[in-house]
Amino acid sequence: MSETLSAGSPTGSSTPLMRFAALGTSILATLLGLLWALNAADTGMAIHGWIFTLASALTLGYLAKNLNPTKVNPFEAVDQGYSFSVVRYGAIASIFWGVVGFLVGLVIALQLAAPALNFDWPFTNFGRLRPLHTSAVIFAFGGNVLLCTSFYTVQRTCRTKLAGELAPWFVFWGYQLFIVLAATGYVLGITQGKEYAEPEWYVDLWLTVVWVVYLLVFLGTLMKRKEPHIYVGNWFFLAFIVTVAMLHLVNNTTIPLSLTSSSSVIVWSGVQDAMVQWWYGHNAVGFFLTAGFLGIMYYFVPKRAERPIYSYRLSIIHFWSLIFLYIWAGPHHLHYTALPDWAQTLGMVFSVMLWMPSWGGMINGLMTLSGAWDKLRTDPVIRMLVVSVAFYGMSTFEGPVMSIKAVNSLSHYTDWTIGHVHSGALGWVGFVSFGALYCLVPWVWGRERLYSVKMVSWHFWIATIGIVLYICAMWVAGIMQGLMWRTYNSLGFLEYSFAETVAAMSPYYWIRALGGLLFVIGSLIMAYNLYKTIRGDLREEDLPTGQVATA
Amino acid sequence: MEYQELAHFSETWGLVILLTMFLGGVVYALWPSNKSKFEKAAQLPLNDDVEAHQ
Repeated sequence: MSETLSAGSPTGSSTPLMRFAALGTSILATLLGLLWALNAADTGMAIHGWIFTLASALTLGYLAKNLNPTKVNPFEAVDQGYSFSVVRYGAIASIFWGVVGFLVGLVIALQLAAPALNFDWPFTNFGRLRPLHTSAVIFAFGGNVLLCTSFYTVQRTCRTKLAGELAPWFVFWGYQLFIVLAATGYVLGITQGKEYAEPEWYVDLWLTVVWVVYLLVFLGTLMKRKEPHIYVGNWFFLAFIVTVAMLHLVNNTTIPLSLTSSSSVIVWSGVQDAMVQWWYGHNAVGFFLTAGFLGIMYYFVPKRAERPIYSYRLSIIHFWSLIFLYIWAGPHHLHYTALPDWAQTLGMVFSVMLWMPSWGGMINGLMTLSGAWDKLRTDPVIRMLVVSVAFYGMSTFEGPVMSIKAVNSLSHYTDWTIGHVHSGALGWVGFVSFGALYCLVPWVWGRERLYSVKMVSWHFWIATIGIVLYICAMWVAGIMQGLMWRTYNSLGFLEYSFAETVAAMSPYYWIRALGGLLFVIGSLIMAYNLYKTIRGDLREEDLPTGQVATA
Repeated sequence: MEYQELAHFSETWGLVILLTMFLGGVVYALWPSNKSKFEKAAQLPLNDDVEAHQ
């Protein structure tokens, strides 16, 4: 295992000059980390300073030891000249962070059902664990899935290896450092209080550096492509990288209290701040959780189904309409607030219009199976991918409905929103990621097939039942909650106190936690299956006829 | 730039510019002579068992 993990040393065939430059940079980073750790204005910053120092020192040690790399890549035959080592690391990181993120989600679901599980301890409080969960699943799990699938897709469809030798490794490890800094920060209580953008200013700056290098690696690979046309999956990946960079910079425009303080003040104020936040927040959904994962769909569904995408033309129209519409949908998060009415209506109208590209994309993905529907029965991996696209269609139908002001007046601030988010997150993002990992792991490790195809089927059904329990419980809980909040008695007083609405939701919170537990169990089955696949084991199984034996 | 000027620009020229760009994308997708190019591009994921060009 350790041998396979160190496969294809990151220093590869980079020039000595590059390696010395990297060495110098990590010396500077180590010193900078020390300076920060020793002069920190608060404990949180001191701990983060030490983490940064440690990470830089480890990099320094690794680079110094491998200044003259002699290692051979044991996967040379599989890699065919591509840089798949970083893809292998990304796949492992995706599995790891996925399980961690889902587990934390289960913990906070149980905390809502049984508040005693907060343990009256600040570090395990719901308020700190909730961003830990959202960031772990979106940025740690989703981010690593996007990193490894985009690096794989761009190389394959451009017929060329990744640009840069050290740069892709910097992107991978730098991103892991961002995750560790963000996660430890939440538990320590470091947050700027912006949803899905909780990390403080210095972590934001670090992510900016990592993201710019990611963009350069991706662009550099596209530029040296050996195919005249850039495959549409790469368009979606590129839109995801560029737009997230823009959103991140604008939404995190803060002024630190001092250079050694872990606190900062945002430059936006009042309703502008709210609008910037939800312009960011909704486009994190649109460009991180949608465009990026559509890039996965456009490569992995055709590849796995062994058929070209249903309509390439539709995919181009899907792309441009999604890009031009999504960016305006953010104001629907601020219905009936101080935001000007015209902006709310604009957000609503664009959200409703988004129906069309979303369903165009869904049809494109599903119809790729046209003439090969039998694969749904024989190949649980394609079943997972197809059901993810179906969930994409379902949640992009529900979203526009909820963005309509009259519906939003009932659904907003209730658990209906949480249910909606999870039908997209568990059903679409989760399943398309699992499907991609089930394809990718045998491909990049050069395995004949997965360790167990039956286990994929188990994962599929257990997780699907979990999702159904989750979203149904949240529909009932949310609509009930919304109706209870707006019920008046004959004298014009509110019928229910807030505490009564909370108590009424208790059974649904338990059902939701059960759904979450099933989803976690499914992910553990996947982790075991992929671990055995990576080791090269094959479980003796009767494969149904027509089963794709190889990846 | 004052708010009014910005709002005026976005409601007029901004709309025209973005809509033109979008329509350009649609025309590109539907242009008849691009058809064969797109059909070849759609095969890219399927015929990718080739060695990397450095």
